[in-house]
Amino acid sequence: MNTEIVTEISPFSNETQRSMAQHLGMWTFIATEVLFFGGLFAGYALYRTTYPEIFAAGSHRLDFWIGTINTAVLLTSSLCMALADSAAKLGRRAKLQWCLAGTWLLGAVFLGLKFYEYHEKFVEHLVPGAHFLPGGGAAPQLQLFFVLYFAMTGLHALHMIIGLGLIGWLWKRAGRGGLSPGHTAPVEITGLYWHFVDCIWVFLYPLLYLVR
Amino acid sequence: MKTAERSSETLPTPATAMSVFVLLLVLLSLSAVSSHFLTGRTGTTVGLLIAAAKMTLIFTYFMRLRYQSGLVRLFALVGFFWLGLILLLTFADYLTRG
Repeated sequence: MNTEIVTEISPFSNETQRSMAQHLGMWTFIATEVLFFGGLFAGYALYRTTYPEIFAAGSHRLDFWIGTINTAVLLTSSLCMALADSAAKLGRRAKLQWCLAGTWLLGAVFLGLKFYEYHEKFVEHLVPGAHFLPGGGAAPQLQLFFVLYFAMTGLHALHMIIGLGLIGWLWKRAGRGGLSPGHTAPVEITGLYWHFVDCIWVFLYPLLYLVR
Repeated sequence: MKTAERSSETLPTPATAMSVFVLLLVLLSLSAVSSHFLTGRTGTTVGLLIAAAKMTLIFTYFMRLRYQSGLVRLFALVGFFWLGLILLLTFADYLTRG
């Protein structure tokens, strides 16, 4: 019987190959996410072309400023994430933690504004269902716009909440010194996720808030 | 020299990241302002083009595609190819119904 102890088993011949495999895996996941959100985007495109005026009327009922500020907030959080990425690579632990904290806080601000918006829509009876604008007068298809609004931003918000969990975990791990310059994959891969979720919002912003 | 430098880079420098961020904010302002002047199809087209430009910047720099191999870039774009097929076949049906 062979009793030789193998100390290190790796399917990769070097670090570059390993890093590439990690990125490939994450991009594959992102491709499935493109299709996950893609179904909603396709549904949106279909109803938007069928009822263009009603979608413009729905968009007018959303808060242009909250949408715009939230876009800026997310873009800034993406910048923090990119800076965290380079801090991790250079092994600057304090800077890494500050950048991750910034990313997390901006993500939380985004969600706070989002839930404030949801509350407003609830008060204004714009949540689809039996109590949607009970006074009447609104086109029934207006509900379609709001179904898509809640489904798309809700799915996006769910991704943000998962992202906040991941960034909080990274922050803790960085504090314990668990991220050395030679082991930055968790930061890189979480970064890919966070930037992708940002990209989804970049498209939701003109499609929901800027329809005129 | 420049090529050699580029191939050894794996992520954008903080200065590059800052420039990308400023560009993203410029694009956001452009998108917000143009929505007050452009309506209907023109407005949507411009809004989507600006969004695509923002996504290209994020993909290229923040998500490091500029520093990746062709294979990784292919994986990054393939989802959009499938999404294109979904949109194409959906509209091929709905737009040609009597």
